[in-house]
Amino acid sequence: MSREEKKTQKDMFDEQMRQFESFVENMKESIGLPTFPDMKTGVLQWYDQRWITTRFIISVEGIKEFFDKLLDGKFVTTKCRKCGELYFPPQKDCPKCMASDMEWVELSREGTLLTFTQINVKPYSFAHYDDYIVGIVRLPEGVSITAWVRADDPSKLKIGSKMRLEIVKRDPEKYVTYEWVPVE
Amino acid sequence: MGRNVAVVGVGHSRYGVRSDVNIGELAWESIKKALEDANLEQKDIEYFIVSSVGGWSSEYLPAVVIGEYSGLTPKGTARVEAACASGSAAVKLAYEMVSSGTVDIAMAVGLEKMNESPTPVVVEFIGRAGNYFWEFHNFGLTFPGYYALYATAYMDKYGATEEDFCKVAVKNHYYGARNPKAHFQREVTIEKCMTSRYIAWPLKLYDCSPITDGSSAVILASEEVAKKLTDSPVWIEAVGEASDTANLSKRDDFTYLRAARLAAEKAYKKAGLMDGYNMYKYFDVAEVHDCFTIAEVLAYEDLRFAEPGKGIELVRNEETYIGGKIPVNLSGGLKAKGHPIGATGVGMVAELTNQLLQRVEKDRQAPIKNGRALAHNVGGTGHYAYVTILSLSKPNGGV
Ligand SMILES: [Zn+2]
Repeated sequence: MSREEKKTQKDMFDEQMRQFESFVENMKESIGLPTFPDMKTGVLQWYDQRWITTRFIISVEGIKEFFDKLLDGKFVTTKCRKCGELYFPPQKDCPKCMASDMEWVELSREGTLLTFTQINVKPYSFAHYDDYIVGIVRLPEGVSITAWVRADDPSKLKIGSKMRLEIVKRDPEKYVTYEWVPVE
Repeated sequence: MGRNVAVVGVGHSRYGVRSDVNIGELAWESIKKALEDANLEQKDIEYFIVSSVGGWSSEYLPAVVIGEYSGLTPKGTARVEAACASGSAAVKLAYEMVSSGTVDIAMAVGLEKMNESPTPVVVEFIGRAGNYFWEFHNFGLTFPGYYALYATAYMDKYGATEEDFCKVAVKNHYYGARNPKAHFQREVTIEKCMTSRYIAWPLKLYDCSPITDGSSAVILASEEVAKKLTDSPVWIEAVGEASDTANLSKRDDFTYLRAARLAAEKAYKKAGLMDGYNMYKYFDVAEVHDCFTIAEVLAYEDLRFAEPGKGIELVRNEETYIGGKIPVNLSGGLKAKGHPIGATGVGMVAELTNQLLQRVEKDRQAPIKNGRALAHNVGGTGHYAYVTILSLSKPNGGV
């Protein structure tokens, strides 16, 4: 099957919801209320006539250097100038010594795979993707990075194996992020 | 040291897909039973704490909705959130209110109505339970996915197999089949579990707890009040609690839950139990947080029922059935009784109270010898942890 023909979990769920909604719409037209019997038990349900869709707006002002450098092909994080603590994810403040004086340092791009999984049943907002593998990789500096691992079969991956970080553009959302690539 | 606190009444709804009730009705099932069990009226409850995570359900302020429906208005209330350990957080806070003398009688009510939303939306909500931006937004982890990270690491380090984990599911379904309150009241076989589809490799459908609706309630009272209400109080001997990082990438080891270990240490210390890796000997029965089969194995080790890496042997040797070293999850656990997020921890205390008072169905009743039981309730992926110790003997030197 070609990629175009293959149905994603999102296609299947959207199709189910369309069928369900048209069923409820028909019920509402015939009886005047958005009520319907539960498919399994027959108990009466009300189909919510209000809805919510939301996307959050998150401040990245305090760590904007991370994204600037990512666009330049560099993978950086914050290190406290006062006490030397290294943070990933990067953060603006150092709770360890109470200072807010960070320098941006480049991280090494190779590390060791600590653990991994493959996500088979996906959240709705990831349901348009094929199954993906997520891994946590430890860098020599002592911080770990969670990201997708570029591989198809989780049973072929090994804990302790070497991984290299690549900066990539994520399809289909078209934003720059990073992922792990197994080192042969 | 505060005042002694007893559980004087418990209520527990049937868990499952509860399309037959709304949020108020579902909570009332437990609240009514707890009040009757304690022989109290709503006016006697001085404060009620509601544990509910929500998002997937319609009522944004469940505490007041429950209060109005159940006749608890105008008593003071608040909703608490500690993810899947919200229920234990509610019990802990109610316990502290009574122990400190702030009130004499408090109620903890746990409630979740997850099936008001379609499954992919629920998966979305629970997947966000960690660090949203750095772990969910970019990499789409799910709740089974987070625990799968632990399963992969545990299997690699200690040689556990997918079949070993399925044995946990088989045990918990065995007891779920004997609990009329359970979401799944049927046994499963190893084969059925082993051939179920992957949800988050290496975890399969039967390694996972279901999406459940349910409620539970417990009423706590001071010693003075408890003496008047009941001849059989169950005492809260100790509560231990801890938390861990939101980002899993900030953890070094994926073969144990640090928060659960710390919570257990704290609870054991408070109760004066300080042995090695055979802590099970103090208890007759335990309810542990088996949101996934791997989580039950981690619980055995974090509670020091077994040495690190040896928890899986308790499973292989069937030591956590009745008749073994320590019966665990005789309710069916989260796996088969179900996991209505905010209700789970309160439901554990209700179940263990009934176990200690020998009030549960015969074929899932633990023999009560020590008079002590333990609830282990984890929120998120080891983000929050609570260990609650219940006892038939009065703490602080009493009898
Ligand atoms: Zn610092």
